[in-house]
Amino acid sequence: MKQRLQNFSQAFSFTFSFSRWFGILLKEFIQLKRDRLTFGMIVGIPIIQLLLFGFAINSDPKHLPTAIVMADPGPFARSYVAAMQNSDYFKIVGGVDEKEANALLDRSQVQFVVTFTPGFHRDLVRGKAPTLLVEADATDPMAAGGAISVLNRLGLEVFAPDLPGLEKTATPPLDLRVHRRYNPEGLTSYNVVPGLLGVILTMTMVLMTGLAMTRERERGTFENLLATPATPVEVMTGKIVPYILIGLIQVTLILLAARFIFDVPMHGNLLLLYAVVLLFICANLTLGITFSSIARNQLQAMQMTFFFFLPSMLLSGFMFPFRGMPEWAQVVGNVLPLTHFLVLVRGILLKGNGIDMVWSSVWPILAFIAVVLGIGLRTFRRTLD
Amino acid sequence: MEAGMNDSPLVIDVTGINKHFGDKHVVKDLALQVRRGEIFGFLGPNGSGKTTSIRMLCGLLTPDSGQGTCLGLDVLRESAAIKRQVGYMTQKFSLWDDLTIGENLDFVARMFGMERRREAVDRALEELGLAGRRSQLAGTLSGGWKQRLALASCLLHRPRLLLLDEPTAGVDPKARRDFWEEIHRLSAAGITVLVSTHYMDEAERCHRLAYIAYGTLLASGTAEQVVAAQGLHTREISGASLHGLGEALRGLPGVDLVASFGNVLHVSGRDEARLQASLEAFLQGKPLEMAVVPASLEDAFIHLMQGSPDPFQG
Ligand SMILES: Nc1ncnc2c1ncn2[C@@H]1O[C@H](COP(=O)(O)OP(=O)(O)OP(=O)(O)O)[C@@H](O)[C@H]1O
Ligand SMILES: [Mg+2]
Repeated sequence: MKQRLQNFSQAFSFTFSFSRWFGILLKEFIQLKRDRLTFGMIVGIPIIQLLLFGFAINSDPKHLPTAIVMADPGPFARSYVAAMQNSDYFKIVGGVDEKEANALLDRSQVQFVVTFTPGFHRDLVRGKAPTLLVEADATDPMAAGGAISVLNRLGLEVFAPDLPGLEKTATPPLDLRVHRRYNPEGLTSYNVVPGLLGVILTMTMVLMTGLAMTRERERGTFENLLATPATPVEVMTGKIVPYILIGLIQVTLILLAARFIFDVPMHGNLLLLYAVVLLFICANLTLGITFSSIARNQLQAMQMTFFFFLPSMLLSGFMFPFRGMPEWAQVVGNVLPLTHFLVLVRGILLKGNGIDMVWSSVWPILAFIAVVLGIGLRTFRRTLD
Repeated sequence: MEAGMNDSPLVIDVTGINKHFGDKHVVKDLALQVRRGEIFGFLGPNGSGKTTSIRMLCGLLTPDSGQGTCLGLDVLRESAAIKRQVGYMTQKFSLWDDLTIGENLDFVARMFGMERRREAVDRALEELGLAGRRSQLAGTLSGGWKQRLALASCLLHRPRLLLLDEPTAGVDPKARRDFWEEIHRLSAAGITVLVSTHYMDEAERCHRLAYIAYGTLLASGTAEQVVAAQGLHTREISGASLHGLGEALRGLPGVDLVASFGNVLHVSGRDEARLQASLEAFLQGKPLEMAVVPASLEDAFIHLMQGSPDPFQG
């Protein structure tokens, strides 16, 4: 117990030498510069991921299988269906009843079910905007987006020649009701960028720092480092800082590509965005360096990283909509920094949220850092035992 | 040994040091006293706990029990302060392979917060004869050069105590002699050196020795004292055909130990009369010669390694 306390007080001791810290920093930079593979990973991972996801962002798929439920057959409905077919966005697989349509959606055999409600013809002629019900399989929101906007446009194009009064009214000719099935939040293509930022940072930051200390231990150089007067705080922070820079480089790469290659809109304050990114990077690095001092070797550090990475992917709202998850999963998700980071970046980047709106997601990340850092400093081994 | 050394203050003074790894008792009640300016040799078979003991002295491992001081500082509580004044050379090369020679020395100098760092690094490179290769990666050095670089790096911050763990393993004879001359120069300047080794000639160059086997300190003192403490009497056998002779001699009454030294055989025992009688009877009519020689340090160590209690005296 006494020994414990002593370790603790030594770990938090205020003997911080700037020149020692700088020495460690310098060493990490030199080693990083020589490690071609890691360096390649730093630049390569964001680019490869972006290309993979970017393809998805860009895609505007056509000929999506669509089932029609015709509750009110009539000339208008028929010409509307013909126009859908001609638009190239839809491939009509046939008319079905409601039950059959649901089964087709469930089995992913169709992307859309379009239902012409009873009284469609009558309402349209009276200028009473009949309801057109669209059920979309939104597990792939990118696919649904383009096609749905087409449905709106078609309304005017098809009905205007026969109903001359239509163009003058401000209201659209159809009451288009879209039900996004399986993905009620309707994650759109733009959500990929915040997600990608978060996932790439989590993966590379935790992994690279996770390996940082175990590498020293495996190569035996840790013994030499321990034999010097360097303190745990100096070693830990000295090893973290180079990776902060790397993280910022990765973020910049992703943002530049998102802006100029994929035309993702950026509404918010970039400075605020970078501040949030910095916070998130710190959270991941702290975790990585803590893994690094707990793990006995590089393999263990890697396993710990993936053990953390998986729930981060699955429970943060990156893969599945957060509100749609069971309660326990939301509780776990709320502990993960990625969950809050996604909310922050979506808010800043897409909605233009300001500094006054970020606090509720910032403090959970701060708390995460504090707890993990505490564990890290306690488990940092200043001996070889 | 050197006059006056016995009055020098103790630089290492520890007693009752124990260390377990799991349920393996690796160091048992170790007591060591090393005086200022002394070159102290640390010997023992593989796995006997030399590295473990050295690591405990400089705070890299925490002893399970025991107490004492190193450079006047408490080994258990003041390891941070001890580290600043100790130069520790690890058994396995532990500088950074992916840093250059110059960068390695520079890093170590920074860690010890040296003033006039650049000068010190340049001087070290000059002395090492590596000035022209300072930008070569340390990992690409040959084994012997790695050892020499490691030594230079642990001398960089002018430590008062050197802990060297098998510093000359794999080093060529010329470099080994240079190394020992350097060690004696440092010792003359008042620096204390604790060095572990498996080489007899190096053991003989130390002022005092300790022999540790399976965690227990079995003997310590000057080389002469260690040999004398074994109470061995030795006969040197020489002749044309020594082949297979060792096996035949080993079982004879009074023979505790047979060791071959090139073209001669050393046969030793603690009971001189029985040894003499056995050998005389055995050699009768054979074309072999026998001479009385003093027991060597190696005889003493092999005897220690075999287990000191004499099997005939229980
Ligand atoms: N970190 C460790 N964990 C478990 N056992 C260890 C550890 N380090 C050493 N040992 C064990 O402690 C014993 C003493 O090892 P040590 O390295 O001190 O021997 P040594 O005298 O230096 O040997 P050598 O001459 O081969 O260098 C050995 O049995 C070794 O297996
Ligand atoms: Mg050893």
